Formats: sequence, structure tokens, C-alpha cells
Amino acid sequence: MRGIVKRFPGVLANDRIDFDVRAGEIHALLGENGAGKTTLMNILYGLYRPDQGQILLNGRAVAIHSPADAIRLGIGMIHQHFMLVPTLSVAENVALGLPSSRGFLLDLDVVTRRIRELSNVYGLRVDPTAMVWQLAVGEQQRVEILKALYRGADLLILDEPTAVLTPQEVRELFATLRRMAGEGHSLIFISHKLHEVLSISDRVTVLRDGRVVKTLPTSEATREELARLMVGREVLLRVERSPVELGDVRLSLKDLWAHGDKGVPALRGVTLAVRAGEILGIAGVSGNGQRELAEVIAGLRTPSQGQVEIDGMDTTGWSPERLLKHGLAYIPEERMRDGVVRDFSVEENLILKDHVDRPFASGIFMNFGTIASYADRLIENFDIRTPSRDAPLKNLSGGNIQKIVLARELSREPRVLVAAQPTRGVDISATEYIHQRLIAQRAKGTATLLISEDLDEILNLSDRIAVMYEGQIVGVVDQREATVEQLGLMMAGAHKV
Amino acid sequence: MQLPFKIEKRLTPSRTASFFVPIASLLLALVFGGVLLLAAGANPLVTYKAMLQGAFGTPDQWAKGEFYNLSETIVKAIPLMLCGLGVSIAFRMLFWNIGAEGQLAMGGFAAAGVALFLAKYIPDPLLLPTMFVAGFLAGALWGLLPALLKAFLKVNEIIVTLMMNYIAVLWIEYLFYGPWKDPKGYGFPGSAQFPKAAWLPRFFGTRVHLGLVFALAAAVFIWIVLVRTKWGYEIRVIGENPRAANYAGISLVRNIILIMILSGGLAGLAGMSEVAGISHRLQKGLTVGYGFTAIIVAWLARLNPWGVLLVAFLLAALLVGGDQIQITMQLPASVALILQGAILFFMLGGAIFTEYRVRWIGWRRKGALLAAETGAETASG
Repeated sequence: MRGIVKRFPGVLANDRIDFDVRAGEIHALLGENGAGKTTLMNILYGLYRPDQGQILLNGRAVAIHSPADAIRLGIGMIHQHFMLVPTLSVAENVALGLPSSRGFLLDLDVVTRRIRELSNVYGLRVDPTAMVWQLAVGEQQRVEILKALYRGADLLILDEPTAVLTPQEVRELFATLRRMAGEGHSLIFISHKLHEVLSISDRVTVLRDGRVVKTLPTSEATREELARLMVGREVLLRVERSPVELGDVRLSLKDLWAHGDKGVPALRGVTLAVRAGEILGIAGVSGNGQRELAEVIAGLRTPSQGQVEIDGMDTTGWSPERLLKHGLAYIPEERMRDGVVRDFSVEENLILKDHVDRPFASGIFMNFGTIASYADRLIENFDIRTPSRDAPLKNLSGGNIQKIVLARELSREPRVLVAAQPTRGVDISATEYIHQRLIAQRAKGTATLLISEDLDEILNLSDRIAVMYEGQIVGVVDQREATVEQLGLMMAGAHKV
Repeated sequence: MQLPFKIEKRLTPSRTASFFVPIASLLLALVFGGVLLLAAGANPLVTYKAMLQGAFGTPDQWAKGEFYNLSETIVKAIPLMLCGLGVSIAFRMLFWNIGAEGQLAMGGFAAAGVALFLAKYIPDPLLLPTMFVAGFLAGALWGLLPALLKAFLKVNEIIVTLMMNYIAVLWIEYLFYGPWKDPKGYGFPGSAQFPKAAWLPRFFGTRVHLGLVFALAAAVFIWIVLVRTKWGYEIRVIGENPRAANYAGISLVRNIILIMILSGGLAGLAGMSEVAGISHRLQKGLTVGYGFTAIIVAWLARLNPWGVLLVAFLLAALLVGGDQIQITMQLPASVALILQGAILFFMLGGAIFTEYRVRWIGWRRKGALLAAETGAETASG
């Protein structure tokens, strides 16, 4: 790709980007959210058209107007969100949209045979006759890769493929990727996780603010240097945690059961306790009950059995409003959906939840003067980058939106904090800041339940780590004794060893 | 084949577009209507002129101090304003109240009941205030039932409010064809006339009545609620993101109930002011679709209270102008209706261009892709 330029209204998403991939190479594309990685790949896959620049494939200029063109040219893309039909079998999903060798009739046996061949060559274990809804996330990802290979992809783009996997599944995926590279396929690996980039790629290209900062062979790169290239300054990759005197139990869960959205039990007897001044990390692959756990504590989901106690009081079944007054703060997992109002201004979002009380309201009216000065103070204290307090929230970056949620929740000086995926989709600088804030809150004596899929984050921040699997706590380990290997096994359901 | 243009969502609704698109839509509708008028054998320009004069009058008439046409347009605008405000505030909270017609009917029914049967017990100066309260409460109750069903049992409010329209409309029909029918009415479907004390004051010798003040006051009230109060803040949070509202401890149940009391009450007031200000009896012609047109009013006004006032006035002009061309141009009633339909169709359809834009991407060159494909095949082999 040469001199690629892509403008969106108000943003230069790609600024004269040169990027090349060699045959048989794994090339990592590293950058923070908004650096232009996804835009660049969407151009390559025909989802966007560049304003300037050209794409050369095997030395020839090509015009890619749609994913159909890209597939015809041998380019495949594995999206973060899988594009599979859950009610169809693996073979049917792979065959979907392709011409059949038997005209109008399906030729699933032919497809099945071919899938088996591909599985063997690349070590992608999948049963072609299984229904997609029965498959685990890692298996579904393998189906996506098979789909691309079946369509003859020589160049495969993987958009943050490890986000949904356990460490063991990641290792398996990496083995497959290496084998594919060995067969002469070219792979583009999009990520913001430094250690993964270092362990899998041959070369790395770092993007920042729509430009290529540097392309270098992975063997010459270090973690610190990559982080610096990504952010543009020195970054603390680890947060300093000073020891904190533990206080009383602030949050206690006793044999908690709850149903998920589909009516099946999502929590199956969770018992945990978090003390003042402690961060308890909940590790686990997503979809193992973490979301439901947070919602039950926050009063958004009714447990079918068991008890939640906050500060010694039974708060099971309390309304979110009452829990709020009792000292519970909650950073929801899906902040855009649950935590903020997109079309509201920054200041209006900062008082959400507190709008009913003095000093922000008196009688039936709102006090806009007080709200404005309060908003200004939080914007400064929490380093929220916004043009003004009146700016619509939707114009802010993910990291700054998360800082708004954090500011709102922490400025209430909570006794208990439930933080679900606090840094998902947040850039390194904001992540660093949010981590420091959570640690500071710990020093002030808040009891924090930290739910995260990012094992590094859990290991970095938590005092103790509980692993969730299929709605149960598989085990609780002390942070000082925890290893990635052991946590990974527990995340896959193995009990504490 | 691929089309040579793409429709993309605008990041922010364009200001220039939100100004020019309605005008362009109107012009297109007039051109479209003109073709139909030609087909019906009428001169479009003459017809449009007659509609304008029918709705607003002529400069000659204004010079003589005659504002009959304009005042009739305002008379029609009053119930549209009240129902439109009611509907728009419910829509703000994503509560799809399409039952304004029934709420209006019940408001008219309650006000008429007070005027007909309680007038002798109530001192004259208190009669109108009592009718005002009765009209508001009846509409509010008619709106409250679907609100309760929605809030506690999650029953779809669209179906309930829609069906309750028919109950209310048929109920008042039963009354003025049956038990409430005026024995001295020569068989005309309507109740006896209200006593004079139950008539809303009118202005300047026209039929424009105090209901106009109700509508203006309601718009001011809604605007203050929305931008200055806690309740307005909660309504806006719920409207923009109900999940965030729930998470922030804002009660959906309480707000649905409150909003529907206000929404139904305003439609009820429209019914009250129609019977007390215009017909002075409960009669056929109260439910002519104001409650349904109010939905269009609310959408075209983008749920803005000031916008509702303006759009209600313009739609009323369209209704009155349409009536006029039936009389002055001897055109069949259906032509006027087709014109009204065309204008609404183009206005609502045009609204897409304030949020989306069309981007020309040119015809695809087949050759380029073919070359690329062959290139890929040679190289990958």
C-alpha cells in the first residue's frame, strides 16, 4: 500500500501511509485506538476507498471496491466480531455465498472434505458437521479462518484476534498462524498488546495519529520502545502498588445465583468477599458470568438465590438509586450503552446519577451554575481532553469517555467500586491514568471488584485474583503467587492446582 | 450492477440541509401535485393561489380588516398544537403514544358532561375551569391506562393506544347518537347546546378561542420542563439512552406514568377546547383525525415545542386551503386530499437528506478490476 490517505469529516485517519507485507510474513500493525489501523485495513479489504494512494498486489495496481473484490484477489479478513450464522453447521457457514459444484444443489460433502484437508494442513481443529452455536469462541474463530482459507486467501488480515481467547487458545492460534506463514501465506496481525506482537510477528509497523511512526523487524524491538513509539512518550507499563492496610469486609457475596439474558443460569453459587483497601480481580474468558455478576451487585439484575452485602447490610434486590446512596459506584462494561448518553454534553454526563440531589438541583429545577463549575473541576482533575464542558460526548475519544465515567463514579468517594472492563478500548495513556486512579482509590480504602478480560491488567492491579468459569469461582489466588499459566488453566475450567 | 452513488449518514445533521431540504421538498411536492392537477383538468398555479388565499386570505381582505381565512386556519391549528405537544413529549421518552385521537375524544366527552349535567350545580365563573380540569383529567386517564400496562406489564403501548382510540371515538358517538342526543335537534347527531357560561371566550369577533392560549402556555411549560428541570433531564436521558437511565437509577415506571398523564391531558384539553370553543356541544365532527395528524406534526417539528406550534399552523393552513379549493375551484374533495398527502410525503421523505447525504462515486470501471484479477492469478500460482 503506497501513500494511502483517507479523510473522514474533521479527521485525517490515514496520512500518506506506506505499508507492505511480504509472502510468508507475519506483519504486526500496532497502534492505539484511533491511530488508523482499522481504517487502513478496511481500505485493503474494500470497505472504504482511499482518497489518495494506491494498492499494489504482487506488483500490480489493483482497485478494491468491495469485500467481494478483496476475496477474489485472495485477501481475507477475520473481524473482531465473527460473521457466522449460529444456526448453520460449520460446513454450511463455509459454503455460504459460494457457488456450488452442483449448480442449485448443495455440495456439502465436497465442502466437508475440503475443510478436513485444510484443518489437517494448518492444525485448525474443527468438526465440519458441528453447529456453530455449539462452538466455543476459539473454535468459531477457527471457522472464520477456515472460511477465508477456503476462499483462497493468500493474505489474511486478523483484527485483534486474541481479544476473546484464553492464553492457551492464544498459543494454539499462534501455532496455526506460524504454520500458515510457513505455507507462504502473508498475515497482517492487528493488535495493541505489545507482548503478543513481540511473540508472533516478523516485522512491526507502528501507527500513531494516522501516520506510520516506524516499521522495524521484531527482533530489534523491545516492549518499552514499542510503547514509546505508540504513545509518543515514555510510558509506565507497571503501576506502583504500595501495601495498604486491609480494613473490614465491604462487599460480600454469598452463594449468588442468577439467570442470564437467555434464561439459563449465568451465576451458579458465587461467594466472594472484598475488604476495604483491596482490589479483587475477576479473571475469565468473557461470557462466563462476569457481566451478570456486576449487574447483580449494581442492582440491575435480580439474583434468583443468594445475598449481596455492602458494608454489612443486605442489599440484595435494592434499586440502583438506593445502592448509589449506600456508597456503591459502578463502571459498566458497555460504557457507551449503559454508562453515558451520547448526545448529551460532557457536563450533563458528569452529573448523571447525581442530578436529583443538591447541589445540582434545588426543588424541581437544575442548578446550571453549580453544575458548570463542578464539571470544570472534574475535567481538570481527571485530565479529560474535551474542547469544552458543553461539547457533545460523542465527539470524545473512548479513553476520555471512560475518564468521564471514572470521574463521575470516583468523585462520589465510593465505599465499594465495581469496575467492569475499565480500560477496554482505551488507549495506553488513558489506561495508565485509569490504573493510577484505581490504585489511588485503593489507598483511600475503597473496596474494588475489578472485572477484566485483560490478564495483564488483572495481574497489575489486583491484590487477589478470582477466576470465573461457567458462572462459578474456580479458585482465588494471591497476586504474588499467580502465574499466567496457572490462571489460563483455571480460565479454561481447571480447578486451582 | 453497482449504483454510481452511495447514501451515507452525516456525522452531524447538516444545518444548511435542515433549512433547504424542507423548502425543496415542498417545491417538489407542488410540482408533483401540479401534474396531478393538470390531469384533473385544473390549472395548478390558479389552484395553488386559491389554496393560499383560502388559508391566509388576500391582501385586499387584510386591508379591509377581514381575517376570516387566517382565523379559521388558527382555529384548526389549536387542536393540532395541543395534541402535537402531547404526542411529542411522549415521543421524547420513546413512548409511542398514537392515542391522541382517543384522548381528545375523552377530553371532549368529560368537558361536555360537566357542561351538560353539572352546570346547574357549579357557579358560572367556575364552570369553565371545572371543564378544563375534567377535560385534562379524562385525557390523562385515557393515556394513563396504556402507561400502566407498559410500565408494569410491558404491554406494547402502540397497540393499546391505537385500539383505545376506537373505544373512545365510538363511545362519544354512542352518546351523541343515543342517550345524550338533543331531543330538539331535528335528528342531528349531537348533544344539546351548552349553557353560555360553558363557552370559551373568543377573540376579535373570529372563532379563535382561548384554546390558543392553552396551546401557547403548554409549549412554554414543556420547554421549561425540558431544559430547566430535573424531570426534563430525566426525560431526555430516557429518550436518548434508556439503559443508561436505568443504570443511573432513573425510574422508568414513574416517568412513563407522569409523561402520559401530561401527554393524554394535553390531548384531552384539545377535546375540551373544541367542544367549549367551537361546537358548544358534543357532536359529530369532534374526532376528525387531529390526534393522528398530530403524530405528523410532532415528527416534522422534531419534537421541539416551538416547532410543533409552527408545523401545526402550517398543516392547518394546508387543511383549510384544501377545503377552500373544493369550494372555489369545484375540485373533488379527493384532489385536495391527494395534494395534502403529496406534500406530507415529500416533506417526510425529504427529511432523510438532513441526516444522510448522497455521495457520487462514479460508475465502476470494469476493466481495472479484470486486470487486477488476472494479475492476482498469475502471481499467486
